[in-house]
Amino acid sequence: MNMNYTTEELAFRDEVRAFLDEKLPADIAAKVKGFRHLSKEDHQRWQKILSAQGWYASHWPEEYGGVEWTPVQKHIWDEESCRYGVPRSVPFGVNMVAPVIIKFGNDEQKHKYLPRILSGEDWWCQGYSEPGAGSDLASLKTRAVREGDHYIVNGQKTWTTLGQYANMIFCLVRTNTEVKAQAGISFLLIDMNTPGISVRPIITLDGEHEVNEVFFEDVKVPVENLVGEEDKGWTYAKFLLTYERTGLAGIGLSKAALSHLKALASRRIKNGRPLIEDTTFSQRIAKVEIDLMAAGISNLRIIASVEGGGMPGAESSMLKVKGTEIRQSINDLARRAIGPYAIPFVEEELSHDYDGEFLSDENAAPLSAQYFNNRKLSIFGGSNEIQKNIVSKMILGL
Amino acid sequence: MDFRLNEEQQMLQDTVARLVRGEYSFEKRLEFSETEAGFSVDFWKQLSELGLTAVPFSEELGGFGGGGVEVQSVMTELGRGLCLEPYLQSVIFGGGLISHAGNDSQKETWLGGIASGELQAAVALQEPQSFYDLNNVETRAEKKDGGYLLNGRKAVVIGGHCADVIVVSARTSGDARDSGGISLFALKSDTAGIERRVYPTIDGSKGCDLILNNVQVDADALLGEEGKAAEVIEYQAGRAIAALCAEAVGVMEVANELTLDYLKQRKQFGVPIGKFQVLQHRMVDMMSELEQARSMAILAASVADEEQSDERRRVLAAAKNVIGHSGQFISEQGIQSHGGIGMTWEYNFAHYAKRLVMINHQLGDDDFHLEHYASLLQAG
Repeated sequence: MNMNYTTEELAFRDEVRAFLDEKLPADIAAKVKGFRHLSKEDHQRWQKILSAQGWYASHWPEEYGGVEWTPVQKHIWDEESCRYGVPRSVPFGVNMVAPVIIKFGNDEQKHKYLPRILSGEDWWCQGYSEPGAGSDLASLKTRAVREGDHYIVNGQKTWTTLGQYANMIFCLVRTNTEVKAQAGISFLLIDMNTPGISVRPIITLDGEHEVNEVFFEDVKVPVENLVGEEDKGWTYAKFLLTYERTGLAGIGLSKAALSHLKALASRRIKNGRPLIEDTTFSQRIAKVEIDLMAAGISNLRIIASVEGGGMPGAESSMLKVKGTEIRQSINDLARRAIGPYAIPFVEEELSHDYDGEFLSDENAAPLSAQYFNNRKLSIFGGSNEIQKNIVSKMILGL
Repeated sequence: MDFRLNEEQQMLQDTVARLVRGEYSFEKRLEFSETEAGFSVDFWKQLSELGLTAVPFSEELGGFGGGGVEVQSVMTELGRGLCLEPYLQSVIFGGGLISHAGNDSQKETWLGGIASGELQAAVALQEPQSFYDLNNVETRAEKKDGGYLLNGRKAVVIGGHCADVIVVSARTSGDARDSGGISLFALKSDTAGIERRVYPTIDGSKGCDLILNNVQVDADALLGEEGKAAEVIEYQAGRAIAALCAEAVGVMEVANELTLDYLKQRKQFGVPIGKFQVLQHRMVDMMSELEQARSMAILAASVADEEQSDERRRVLAAAKNVIGHSGQFISEQGIQSHGGIGMTWEYNFAHYAKRLVMINHQLGDDDFHLEHYASLLQAG
């Protein structure tokens, strides 16, 4: 049993810290830590810095421009970047479609798409969920019919995160209706500028435009945009979902959110004393900090078990459930910490260039909205109910 | 023992229910929310024309002396419609403070208008540092020129941006958290020196912070005895808590109805998702929470207009604790049962969910009332 980082890993952590100390723009970090909106320019500025360092596609093989960090190195990066307030990379290109292309795509696809993901030229979004296919993803109905050198795609995708910015979408489509649901699905790469595609915003309860519906009406997609084999898309989709799930526990994000909460609770006043000294509130914080401590070690155990290669199993489903519950609890406490000021919704204070006087605390404005918005954590990436089904089936054999 | 409403109470509730059903569709509510007032001025008129804004007031004021149960009947239906009108702030709380503490002339000035709906009252008791403690008052009122000079800041005054009269607490003596030394003032909204920072609220209404900058008022703005307002505030906040609990029950009822409908309609894996036991049990838990909340709202209504006592204090703290907890539970579990659709602006459930969580931030959250209850715990 050894729970310490190796000398090499410690050296890597120092390297990460030195890089972030030097290169992470303070204004961007302040916005991330304060949960304020980042401009598109902020995202691009940071991606350039990260790409120049060669760390943008950290988990890709070196031949495609990655650095092949070990699971522990990835973990160190995740922890440090959350702590420093590094903007989250939009994952759909670099973390989701790229691993699928690398593993199942042909050379032409690799050469065409991977460099454009690295350079930021392509912005990808994900076409998985449909109005009738959420938890039951395999029941998806978007149809792709082969006609000569093209597929003709008709149907609708939903919950497409940041689809309004994307120029590319990877889609699960039905190419065969004669077989079992999972066996008739294919994985298509589609240019969002193709005629017949329209994007409609979905506004969420916090007034944000983050997700979209994407409609396909007789959309012509060249057959060379098929990844792997026709009707084998479900295998690729599951591969991608496992990738997605490992990051979904958000342990690093929870640690950052907890530290933010404690700072907030030190500034807010209850009964004439800092809220963090209040018995009830400090115990609530203590409980979530303890839960996070446990989940953090569970996360390390999973990382250590895949350090030698391979994919995490159903344990990552358990961690997704715990991790998202913990983050939601932290969001709940942050909202509680501002008391009556949870009620006002001063949207202008969320803006990346707000320079007016804050209504209460400088970080109060996003807290209620964020609490509501993060109810999504237990819904997306496979709802927590679905994760529990996976655990009960794969681990318990029930 | 009979928990049913009597005939008059039932008629009252039916009247409000009909009005809300007819006038307060989800789409209209979104429009009302966007207006300058943040609620429907027309609907407010309709409430007053039916005598509903006069319910808790005496017959001389056009009311029928309604107590906790009558108020509960109105508030539950307003909750079902997710109504934005300032019934709680103006009729119950503002009107309650003035009728409790005011002298005859002050009552004459304000209460007729509040009861008829022609005047709107708001209540400004909280401050940036007060959290939920209404005795935590730093705003000062100094005697000056035969009246008072007010300075300070009042926080999260729902409806304060468009109220005609604002009932403000300010300290005439004592230290920041003393219960002694707090006074109440009825402040005309156009008094010089009141600065407003107006904002929408996350649950669709509007409010403001009031910055009082050398606000000079006449002596007759003082409501009740100087420095003795804490008891009045506590008592009337109790009435407001009972009313808010009733509203919450209405909100929870609809939230649960919508969720149950969805479980029956939404199909995944070839069956309605309500066939899955995990969702059945969650729905049962949501229903149990609602029934706990309903019981406490009934109990709160029954003590709302009783004489002050530790028993009344305990019941109201307990009710708000239960409501705060069950409201958040139903909000969160309802969203989870719906999946993504439960988080969308276009679907009414999300708005019910937001209101439920925000009710926990009005008049003290579940933690605050748990602590208060614990401090009043009786020996065994």
